[in-house]
Amino acid sequence: MAEKPPAPGFETLAIHAGAAPDPVTGARSTPIYQTTAYVFDDVDHAASLFNLQTYGYIYSRLTNPTVSVLEERVATLEGGRGAIAVASGHAAQLLAFFSFMEPGDQFIASNKLYGGSITQFGRSFKKFGWDCVFVDADDPENFRRAITPRCKAIFVESLSNPTGVIVDLERIAEIAHEAGLLFIVDNTMASPFICRPMRWGADLVVHSTTKFLSGHGNAMGGVVVDSGRFDWAQNDKFKSLTEPEPAYHDLRFYETFGDLALTVHGHAVGLRDLGATMAPLNAFLTITGIETLPLRMERHVANAQAVAEHLERHPAVSWVAYAGLPASKYHALARKYLPKGAGSVFTFGVKGGYEAGVALVEAVELFSHLANVGDTRSLIIHPASTTHRQLTTEQQIAAGAGPDVVRLSIGLESIADIIGDLDQGLAKAMRG
Amino acid sequence: MVGASEHWNRPSFFAMKYLQDKGYRVIPVNPQAKGEAILGEKVYADLAEIPDRIDMVDIFRRAEAVPAIVDQAIKQGAKVVWMQLGVRHDAAAAKAEAAGLKVVMNRCPKIEYSRLNGELAWSGVNTGIISSKRRKL
Ligand SMILES: Cc1ncc(COP(=O)(O)O)c(C=O)c1O
Repeated sequence: MAEKPPAPGFETLAIHAGAAPDPVTGARSTPIYQTTAYVFDDVDHAASLFNLQTYGYIYSRLTNPTVSVLEERVATLEGGRGAIAVASGHAAQLLAFFSFMEPGDQFIASNKLYGGSITQFGRSFKKFGWDCVFVDADDPENFRRAITPRCKAIFVESLSNPTGVIVDLERIAEIAHEAGLLFIVDNTMASPFICRPMRWGADLVVHSTTKFLSGHGNAMGGVVVDSGRFDWAQNDKFKSLTEPEPAYHDLRFYETFGDLALTVHGHAVGLRDLGATMAPLNAFLTITGIETLPLRMERHVANAQAVAEHLERHPAVSWVAYAGLPASKYHALARKYLPKGAGSVFTFGVKGGYEAGVALVEAVELFSHLANVGDTRSLIIHPASTTHRQLTTEQQIAAGAGPDVVRLSIGLESIADIIGDLDQGLAKAMRG
Repeated sequence: MVGASEHWNRPSFFAMKYLQDKGYRVIPVNPQAKGEAILGEKVYADLAEIPDRIDMVDIFRRAEAVPAIVDQAIKQGAKVVWMQLGVRHDAAAAKAEAAGLKVVMNRCPKIEYSRLNGELAWSGVNTGIISSKRRKL
């Protein structure tokens, strides 16, 4: 028997997974299939497609050839079985929960999440009858204590935005699995180059591909990746995958598709009914972005580490929350779960509080003052005067967005220019 | 295909129809449907009744039913025993392998065919295939 070749490396997969030269033209880059629908060979072919009995494209709300390449690529990089690409990171979270939650069900989430996710889970999901309980993830036992019979899943961010909290993925996965719950990890801030949540027991990984995966601040997107390892039939919590689905002639997804059940369900039911489809152009931009993900992430974390070390010594800075610094309380977890670096988004405290924070974001010349992260460009925001301005000061502090907090997303410019811009900005802010 | 169903919404029907479309001949075995036809093929009650030469036996039955089917597959001269998603029987598999048959467990030939021929990638699945060659049409 021929020996199995070694598995391709991450860099190879980032460029090749999911893509092959176009069968008709030989086009090497993935074509943008800017089409809504696809012709059927005949009525029988159409029937087989609609019955999910054969593979093929019907309508781009469900699947599209450019989008499929992105799905396979991210699934591969995360070590998953399959993926569903959607219009944004928030759509990915909605689709992930929609695939198994029913009215009256509950899930537990870390209270240190991207603020938009706290709002989505805490407010809008209530309208579907989905109840989210938030706990402090620094003690994994808090998840176990919050489990009730109605609970179906646990949700965390591998590296939280913007507080830089790192959770103990392996322990939380054990707690989830002992209770027969699904463990979902948002890996947006780390990217699969830095952290592989499925290695530590994650069942689903979600991403806002808007951030580091596309990487250039030019394409919205999200993705849900399924590990294919979760046993949906181990209890009666996951009926949408184990019980007959009336809209598909009583097909049972788990019985029929095995470890592909969630991937097929996410397209055939999730995208069909939620309609949060990713545009082929955004898929193309994201595919292209991922090809340089390893190179970009190496530079992102090297630049972020240098900036964090510089700010730690800076007289105008009172604290720096970056897990790559030995002083961080998350440093040990970072070394275990994010061995290639603690990402490139972090917060620091500027001396002089609210006024100094406002002065700094207005004084910088290279940093862009905007509400995004994970761009080639360095980005800055003062949450208390922007994203968190509706909150009281006490609420702002609880959310890690107190008056003195500034968030940076360190880009790929020359490190001397990044540091130079912060230095001149801080000098102006100190002069007031 | 042992355990082939005449009901069009059952997984075995999906797999049989797909494999037929790809040019394979699939002979259904199902005692309840003996003498009837599924997708144009006569249904047999038992593997032993099939007069044709059999290349592969695809098992759509519970694991408990596997040993008896494997014994028949060996007698019939099949080259491959394939157990469907969720079906696994290690002792029966060892026996088949000792008799020179190839064994696949807990997989679906429809999914594996489509994985190796580029069709599964259309559904966003990690196919594990990396190639700089044009995909076949
Ligand atoms: C960690 C994290 N998850 C999810 C999202 C939501 O993603 P999107 O803006 O693509 O909907 C964001 C966006 O900032 C994020 O930072």
